[in-house]
Amino acid sequence: MAEHLKQAQIWLERLRTAAAKLDKPAVFMEVCGTHTMSAFRCGLHSLTPDNVKLLSGPGCPVCVTAQSDIDQMIALTQERDAIICTYGDMLRVPGKHGSLEKARSQGANVQVIYSTLDAVKLAAKTPDRQVVLAAVGFETTAPATAAAVKQAKALGLTNFSAMTSHKLVIPAMLGLLAGASGGASGGGGAKIDGFLCPGHVSVIIGSDAYQPILDQYNMPCVISGFEDWQMTRGLARLTEQIGKEKACLVNDYPQVVTPAGNTHAWALLTEVFETATVRWRGMGEIPDSGLILQDAYADYCAMRKFNLTPMPDRELGQCLCGQVITGNVTPAECELFGTACTPINPIGPCMVSAEGTCQAWFKYKRPPGTTPGTTPGTTPLTHDKVEVSA
Amino acid sequence: MCLAVPARLDQCSPADQTAIADLHGNRVEISTALIADAAVGDWVLIHAGFAIARLTEQETAEVWSVLKDVINHG
Repeated sequence: MAEHLKQAQIWLERLRTAAAKLDKPAVFMEVCGTHTMSAFRCGLHSLTPDNVKLLSGPGCPVCVTAQSDIDQMIALTQERDAIICTYGDMLRVPGKHGSLEKARSQGANVQVIYSTLDAVKLAAKTPDRQVVLAAVGFETTAPATAAAVKQAKALGLTNFSAMTSHKLVIPAMLGLLAGASGGASGGGGAKIDGFLCPGHVSVIIGSDAYQPILDQYNMPCVISGFEDWQMTRGLARLTEQIGKEKACLVNDYPQVVTPAGNTHAWALLTEVFETATVRWRGMGEIPDSGLILQDAYADYCAMRKFNLTPMPDRELGQCLCGQVITGNVTPAECELFGTACTPINPIGPCMVSAEGTCQAWFKYKRPPGTTPGTTPGTTPLTHDKVEVSA
Repeated sequence: MCLAVPARLDQCSPADQTAIADLHGNRVEISTALIADAAVGDWVLIHAGFAIARLTEQETAEVWSVLKDVINHG
């Protein structure tokens, strides 16, 4: 523990020294839900100098999923003989007609899985039922879906299919930068000075994958672990690069991140999936930013199996999740935050997910005056108004 | 969702690329399809039931120190 604190002090001092030399404030973005929660939990935002800001970007898989994809997954529960298998994160995400959790309470067979292979096992055990794997996620999670589809094919299962919304992080980061600089793809992200790159996505994609961000935008990138001192070190290394002519990529998580990434996982991904233009919440369609099943695995596509047509995308009313995940607004700027939208009654996905920016703000940075369980236009319930009967 | 946790492989079945991992005292079945030559005693990083990388014992201890913080304050 002593060494841990010592490292934290050393890197905080380096961050402060680098920040003192800045001509103008520096804004960095992390693109990982686990970084989001870790930064809030350790109080990183309050420790950083005032002229260094860390924004949360599109790093929470549930949050970046387009509303149309969520609506589609929930609509699947209407298939009477289908068993929907999903990760716990997806259960409470609200769609047009409730959530998967609500559908389950109304009789739909929705099961939470830990591993995609559990869904394959279930399909093998229940040949008279259709089992659908409903999954979202970045490169860390997509290989698990690929493995499940491949195994289902190897077992000759005809009652297994997947409805997925897997996304690639590099096209999203490039899309954000293109949007921020007025480019065509990826809708208008906040203007930033560097990326704190996701640790576990990088385990799969490798550090070399970030090179296009440096080549095209000369944007500093630091791959970081999740401990408080590691994230402080990441911010210090980013801040020290400000003003330098050539941006650098720093791999500060070399224990598990190699230049080429996990080649076994990539081989599996490219065998089962191909890239496609897909829709993101808050960023619109980004070319080659998603993964869809290759033709050889088309029989395992739930959309095809159930003869479904893609649903139209839609906005969630006043919910600003789309702007939160692009760093354009903070959760506190959303009228629903902490009033109508709370972890118990979430309206947008950023409040549902344990890695969502809104939930992180709610847990660790809730402004005074916002109270769980109240609705807009009503006076928040305070202790002095609660009548306790004897 | 991209959270990954370290565990030690207690039993390996190379034929079907699965293993029994000791995950902080819990024994769970995982897939080793994403790493090469998984062997008993290896420390690995597990995400959604799949080993995605190897770790050293020292790195495992570091990752657990973060996770304990998450468990205690999450």
